[in-house]
Amino acid sequence: MTFGDSLPFMRCVAMTQRKRPSSTQSSSQRRHTGNLVAQDEDDDATFTQPSTSQVQRGLEKLTPAQVDQKTAEVVQYFLVKDQKKMPVRRADLVKHVVKDYRNIYPEILKRAARTFDQVFGLKLVEIDPKNKMYILVNNLETPDKASPVRSPSNPKMGLLLAILSVIFMKGGVVRENLIWNTLRKLRVDPGEKHEEFGDVRKMVTDEFVRQRYLEYVRIPHTEPIEHEFRWGQRADAEVSKAKILEFMGELHEQDPKTWTQQYRQAHSLPNSSQASTSSSSQR
Amino acid sequence: MASRSSSSTAAGGSDSPQKPTKTKRTRRKRRKARAVGDMSRQMGESHRRFLQTMMVSGVIDEQAAKALYQYCCETHHTQYAPDKLEDFIDTINSRLQPMFMQIRKGMSENNGLQYYALVNMAETDITRMSSDYADNELELFRKTLDLIVCSENGKASSTDILNSTDSMTTRKMKKSETEHLLSRLVHDKWLSEKRGEYTLSTRCIIEMEPYIRTMYQDHIKVCHICRNIAFQCQICENPTCGIKIHNPCVARYFKGKSEPRCPSCDDFWPHEIPGICCLFSNAVSGHIRPPVVRDSQTLVHI
Repeated sequence: MTFGDSLPFMRCVAMTQRKRPSSTQSSSQRRHTGNLVAQDEDDDATFTQPSTSQVQRGLEKLTPAQVDQKTAEVVQYFLVKDQKKMPVRRADLVKHVVKDYRNIYPEILKRAARTFDQVFGLKLVEIDPKNKMYILVNNLETPDKASPVRSPSNPKMGLLLAILSVIFMKGGVVRENLIWNTLRKLRVDPGEKHEEFGDVRKMVTDEFVRQRYLEYVRIPHTEPIEHEFRWGQRADAEVSKAKILEFMGELHEQDPKTWTQQYRQAHSLPNSSQASTSSSSQR
Repeated sequence: MASRSSSSTAAGGSDSPQKPTKTKRTRRKRRKARAVGDMSRQMGESHRRFLQTMMVSGVIDEQAAKALYQYCCETHHTQYAPDKLEDFIDTINSRLQPMFMQIRKGMSENNGLQYYALVNMAETDITRMSSDYADNELELFRKTLDLIVCSENGKASSTDILNSTDSMTTRKMKKSETEHLLSRLVHDKWLSEKRGEYTLSTRCIIEMEPYIRTMYQDHIKVCHICRNIAFQCQICENPTCGIKIHNPCVARYFKGKSEPRCPSCDDFWPHEIPGICCLFSNAVSGHIRPPVVRDSQTLVHI
């Protein structure tokens, strides 16, 4: 059974993962190809979180309908951004959507999170407390039976999951050459234009990084310049290490526990239990 | 949705803004009762799973929707009543309404099947698409929309679309860019393509019907049978009549009738009547074959 055969399974796994947010934050932004929009960063520096009493006062001056309307706009904004898997920056949110309601921002965000949970089964996760960035993560359990509706296949996710698996199995950080070799084995050559993925190197080092699935960081003192790959914050929040290990077990016909380090990693986090059937979300 | 401004001259009311009139009080009571009724049909995990699937798929046919509804209920151990799909979707829609989103139903002009689509109801123009497409791409889409709406057969040829780039006001598109855009629009399920001709996809029609009705009021065709907007349809040839009927609606209306007559002016209906079974295979073959009369037991589902 080749690695490639497992891609459809990996697609399913990628689509329906739920994982509660990790309590440990991965290292802060060390974006190498940092071409993320930076113009609004100053705005965020000037945005101070209003106090509870300020929020209370602000709410008194507005009608419930006005607050609901603004909440709905925030929800819409998130959904649009999340389509592209791009994290939402607080600065952008305040500048483009919240605007004059910034004095009740915490309340708006709280209500939006409630809407995501109750209506969409999504969890609003802060992936970067320093830079205030948010993503939406699936909060529904992975069902035992497959859905009768076949979702449009997402080959990128399959490839991404292959990369994440390699990184995880290798202890959490790998030199880039290992990833390129892995892809070549999957008949995806980073040096050539791929039929499905186009510029593979760009997809892996730019798109996946901007979406926070991967981190791509320069290794100092390397000549020629070399980089290493790690899991990104979105991967930490969305992808289950336990599931990857389970899959590896099937692939190699081994008990997942034989990889003791990885097993410990996958099951050590406080809320890592995937078998929980409770659907209430912590807020 | 929008809060109604209070009028001080309602029937029997004084000018005092403090005390609402009797009619306003009853209205408010009814609204509250309805809201409570909505609340009793709470969103559960089964609804959320259904919605998530709709968000990923965009549009699904009725059969798939029914299967999905059952699957969602069974997965989350929710009570399942096969004939309550509409109620189930209503529950979801009541919570989606504040975000200007809805799950709406519409008929495919090709195979006559009903489809469900998750749509953006915001009244501003093509906002749903606007995050994915550049300004000039949206302009070209609008031009394609013009061509399709104003055409008799509900189609726009790739040649005509390419020619329309000449009159663009935003940054002009090269031929290759236009072709790439068209294939993206097909991939994203806004347009359908067959033999170099483009039509509006079912999802597009469901989503854009209100917008199209507003923007093209004088040009749109409406099906005489189902009263929905019509692009690909047959037209009565009587110059004083000229009613339009969707191809699937023609098939259903004239089924079993030996001599098809216009339901409005009674003139002989001169067009080929698609057979019901042939209609469903339309998506595959792309032809409307000569009429074949079959009983409903042999309806073919795709």
